Amino acid sequence: MKAAEAIIRFLQEEKVDTVFGYPGGYILHVYEALRKSDIRHILVRQEQAAAHSANGYARVSGKVGVCIGTSGPGATNLITGIATAYMDSVPMVILTGQVKTDLIGRDVFQEVDITGATESFTKHSYLVKDANALPRIFKEAFHIASSGRPGPVLIDLPHDIQESEIDWHYPPEVDIKGYKPTLKGHAGQIKRALKSIADSKKPLILAGGGVNLAHAEEALRAFVEKTHIPLVHTLMGKGALSTDSPYYMGMIGTHGYAHANRAVGMADLLIVIGARIADRAFGGTQVTDKVKIVHIDVDPAEIGKNVGTHIPLVGDAGTILDQLNEKAKEKDTAEWLSELQGLVKEIPLKDGRWVNPKRAVGMLSDKLSDTAILVTDVGQNQFWGARSFRDKPNRKFITSGGLGTMGFGLPAAVGAKLAAPDRQVVAVIGDGGFQMSLFELGTIAANNVGVKILLFNNSRLGMVRELQDRNYGKTSQVVLEKNPDFIKLCEAYGIEGVRVEGNDALETAIDKALSTDAPFIIECIVDPQESTL
Amino acid sequence: MNRHVLSVLVENQSGVLSRVSGLFSRRGYNIDSLSVGETEDPKVSRMTIVVRGDDYILEQIKKQLNKLIDVIKIIELKNDQSIFRELAMIKVKAEGSSRASIIEIVGIFRAKIVDVANETLTVEMTGDEGKIEAFINLMKPYGIKEIVRTGLTALERGNKEIKDHRKYEED
Repeated sequence: MKAAEAIIRFLQEEKVDTVFGYPGGYILHVYEALRKSDIRHILVRQEQAAAHSANGYARVSGKVGVCIGTSGPGATNLITGIATAYMDSVPMVILTGQVKTDLIGRDVFQEVDITGATESFTKHSYLVKDANALPRIFKEAFHIASSGRPGPVLIDLPHDIQESEIDWHYPPEVDIKGYKPTLKGHAGQIKRALKSIADSKKPLILAGGGVNLAHAEEALRAFVEKTHIPLVHTLMGKGALSTDSPYYMGMIGTHGYAHANRAVGMADLLIVIGARIADRAFGGTQVTDKVKIVHIDVDPAEIGKNVGTHIPLVGDAGTILDQLNEKAKEKDTAEWLSELQGLVKEIPLKDGRWVNPKRAVGMLSDKLSDTAILVTDVGQNQFWGARSFRDKPNRKFITSGGLGTMGFGLPAAVGAKLAAPDRQVVAVIGDGGFQMSLFELGTIAANNVGVKILLFNNSRLGMVRELQDRNYGKTSQVVLEKNPDFIKLCEAYGIEGVRVEGNDALETAIDKALSTDAPFIIECIVDPQESTL
Repeated sequence: MNRHVLSVLVENQSGVLSRVSGLFSRRGYNIDSLSVGETEDPKVSRMTIVVRGDDYILEQIKKQLNKLIDVIKIIELKNDQSIFRELAMIKVKAEGSSRASIIEIVGIFRAKIVDVANETLTVEMTGDEGKIEAFINLMKPYGIKEIVRTGLTALERGNKEIKDHRKYEED
């Protein structure tokens, strides 16, 4: 069997039904085999979008996202998408074409060392030099991408390897000496964690993206409801607990809520679950040396990296929460809860001449179904989205939290919608990020992907504007002059939309967008001075 | 900034050295030397890495190394329980009267003269870093033309093997 055909069969063995990609000279054999298969290929308009779409697809489907690019520029265009997936621990397998084995290293046409270039932001990578190793490599790649702390794995496929003949087989199991992730929590540490919970007066859970990645939302809710311990979360941890839960205390971080950040400073026990607690998350908090920290993470390297830990618990978030749930006892936290609730301040919406983006997302959130998916881009829109979209058990919030990649929102929403065609998917984007991903309107139109775009147009890079105002008192290079007419632009692609210039027209526009299955854009004109928080 | 010696088992395949050395440079860890070679199992190589850092850095280095799929096992070799050796070759000027005294020092250090030319002697020596440094210092007055060193390599004393150690995460 041709190796290229075997590669497509490996994908089928891994239950891959959709791939995102862009063909080119040195990946042709794979594309020929793909053409003959029943795997759906979504032709993106630039490779970076293939990686972001695979990211959105993976996070919604719970499967490994797959994207394909050719050698050279095809591979380098994927890079930002790979780094984005790495920083948010998203399971992905990336296939790239490569020049013929005997030409590697000679700087021939469209040659680039992509395994070298992506070394520091792939979980693992392979440059295939022996076609007979392909079955093992694919089996390992999918296993590594999806187990332990998930992440992107790249397989670089030289042109001659793709067309060599191999015997068909696919190993049922993998055995990688250096890779055996710990999933179950250490019994002794579980005991210590339970004791510290029992001893604490003001315990607080800090949920990170690891809860969502481990699909541990149910186990977390059970833990919270059993122990009555309140919860705050990071940006990536959004969705770990419903916004309307009595134990929900909001998002921490530099763009989180003041009461949530203060709660971290007041707690005597912090149970960190699946968070690396980097600068943006702990930046706004007043965490003290007095707090005791239980840190649950599947990646041992995260424990003790950014904050000191008293009780490390290495393992899968869901498994460990189940272990804790078995023995955890009910706690009386009524006083502590009411103390925290006392900190919550209603932030009144300040309406003006233009659309208030916080009101717009809030209204959208009220009208969306209980299974809706909100995808944001990066910048002010990200926090307007994160702070006003209300989480429910079956909803989902997707953002580029770690790398903060502008241009992520639109292609990620495409991937999300293709993974769950029956769910509403809305992409919240600013006019900056939208113009970094405009080409994906082509993918949306060609495949009739029913994503709704909520575009906040303030004719500038709003978050940079805000930072410059605050730090320098002056702004520079943030005004997006001569923005196109976005509605007309979408119309050129056959995508319907409306422009909303004030709050009073919002409701009609949202109702209209949600009344169809087709893609739709609502362009909201926003005051350039609108604040993020 | 203490000095630590790590002994690391890795898969013997291309790309491993790049991954390990890349990890040190991008995370800003200080590395004094790295030596690598095949082991009793041809599929496995063993690296000896000499690093500098406090306890926090050392723990991070071990954990980040462990995250590399190709890394099979890491142990730290303690000074009092390990043998450290390095090989150096030193080409030193040896004309006229200095030749005899160089040969005398070589004898005292149990080093070996491996090449003799009309203007130079080339000395091979093995030992721990201290011994090699001391020898190099003694050769300096004669005029050192070239030095090559393999970097430190090390093995634990006694019957214990690296495979008898528990994996780092289980500690």
